[in-house]
Amino acid sequence: MELLVASAIGTMTAGGVYLLLRLRTFPVILGLALLSYAVNVFLFSSGRLAIDMSPILSKYGEASYTDPLPQALVLTAIVISFGMTAVLVMISLGAFLESDTDSIDIDQADTDEDAAK
Amino acid sequence: MSHWIILPVVLPAMLAPIIGFMMRHDIVLARVTSTLGSVLLVAISFVLVSMAMDGTTHIYRLGDWPAPFGIVLVLDRLSALMVLLTSVLALMVLLHAMATGWDDRGKHFHALFQFQLMGICGAFLTGDIFNLFVFFEILLIASYGLMIHSGGRERMRAGLQYVVMNLAGSTLFLFALGTLYASTGTLNIADLAAKIPDIPADEAGLVRVAAMLLMIVFAVKAALFPVQFWLPATYANAPAPVAALFAIMTKVGAYAILRVHTVVFGPGVAGTEGMIDAWLFPAAVVTIALGAFGVLGAKRLMPLISFSVIGSMGTLLIAVAVFSPVATTAALYYMVHSTFAAACLFLIADLVVSRRSGDSLTPTFATAQNGLFAAIFFAAAIAMAGMPPLSGFLGKLLVLDALRGPDVIVWAWTAILVGSLLTIVGFARAGSALFWKSTAIPAPTSDMSAAIPNNNATVLQVAPVMLTLAVLVALSVFAGPVAAYLEQTSNQLFDRSGYISAVLAPVAEG
Repeated sequence: MELLVASAIGTMTAGGVYLLLRLRTFPVILGLALLSYAVNVFLFSSGRLAIDMSPILSKYGEASYTDPLPQALVLTAIVISFGMTAVLVMISLGAFLESDTDSIDIDQADTDEDAAK
Repeated sequence: MSHWIILPVVLPAMLAPIIGFMMRHDIVLARVTSTLGSVLLVAISFVLVSMAMDGTTHIYRLGDWPAPFGIVLVLDRLSALMVLLTSVLALMVLLHAMATGWDDRGKHFHALFQFQLMGICGAFLTGDIFNLFVFFEILLIASYGLMIHSGGRERMRAGLQYVVMNLAGSTLFLFALGTLYASTGTLNIADLAAKIPDIPADEAGLVRVAAMLLMIVFAVKAALFPVQFWLPATYANAPAPVAALFAIMTKVGAYAILRVHTVVFGPGVAGTEGMIDAWLFPAAVVTIALGAFGVLGAKRLMPLISFSVIGSMGTLLIAVAVFSPVATTAALYYMVHSTFAAACLFLIADLVVSRRSGDSLTPTFATAQNGLFAAIFFAAAIAMAGMPPLSGFLGKLLVLDALRGPDVIVWAWTAILVGSLLTIVGFARAGSALFWKSTAIPAPTSDMSAAIPNNNATVLQVAPVMLTLAVLVALSVFAGPVAAYLEQTSNQLFDRSGYISAVLAPVAEG
């Protein structure tokens, strides 16, 4: 299971980094989403992987439990990355509508032209 | 347990939604509320400084859960200083934004401004590294809104770059936190500081990875080479008052490096000994060089000021990189100074640029009040470049004096001195093109200049700039007492066992 989770995180990170390095907004957004999935799974596994264990102490027995803190952390991280992705989509839409291009780079020619105005 | 500590977070957090939801159509009401909030924040931060003055480390346990199980806010001299710095800067920026009408050029300026203050104050006060991440996100999401305030093609595209850059940074932050938690089982700064020295050097591989990842994340915020490239585009295209407020944002990164890499991975920790400064020092030297050449080569005013901010961050971090109390004192003094110097430059640039066609450094006809603006720009440039008599000179002198060690002196002194010289030349070139050569060009006929308002600045518009300059003057006049406070601050910062025992102290009954 460790191998499966680790390679899943690795694959998602690799894909995310590759997409992040594209110069168009849509692949970049997808890349950041992939990266945030990878980091969520990574955070989740930072409390060690365990099967069939609840994240609460049982007061009726000696049943072992899994660390609840990474689950709380990952919940926070999911909410934040979800919100941030929404903001990113809106801002890139705004930039696209303003400039008619979805390229992330700002051309030097554009900047000079703006400075000259 | 005093409730004053949570107020810098709670007050803006309450005001922002009230302004956002109830005063969204009434700019006057929003202005009054926002100003009131900022004035109150300044008052609160003075109370916090007076609380921290005696040297005790105050703890605020959220929900009264003892650390490390609950989240704590920690108020010591350093956090009190940073909150005071934030609130005073914010008040000046807010006054400028209102006097020049920037806040009315788009929606929700004041709500976003308060959220931004909430995030910055929270980041300075928190004693939990995951909570630091959350406050980083709050200040970032507010800064995205402020960055693209009032829109425009270039601004939207620069804003997009800024958001992508910071989202990638946040992801790295989470990876670092995951690694840190997996290897230590805690995310409380004091608890980390207590546990990490016990990890033997040959088992500390994961801790080293986490320390380096955190370093990269904070370096992105602090605009340190090689991750400084987002700053010029962002600051140059942000609305000028927002760029002035962002002067504190780079300091959030510097503060985080100071706090985390001194207290947690600080000197004497076997696992990370000598690793942080080995990277931080050369990066800071290159950052100074980049900033200086950027100032020299800039073709427009706003990028020029942005590059001078990069240069000042390099000077600040070169002192931080030594990780000694003396150098940290110098770094803190320079941090306070460079925040106000950068803000002053952005605010005066706004007054000038709004009366010219664009901010390119080519002579056009002289604006109204050319002499006044030139004098203020001259003073601010002197402060930024580090010439006497303003506090920039004292700050750089302190930094140079702290960096006299035989292994750092050559690189540090060369970088700072040559960097300062190039910065002076760059600013002199910009000033002479903007203010001096412009006087030789006759003003165009009235129908041509009608598009750009070229009226005199009102007293209210000049006042915030003058206030930032007054702070710089006060910093140099009262350099002795300020440096004494900062010396105690850095001693407290390096007293790791004091921090640990204060935060992890058992809760008193009742």
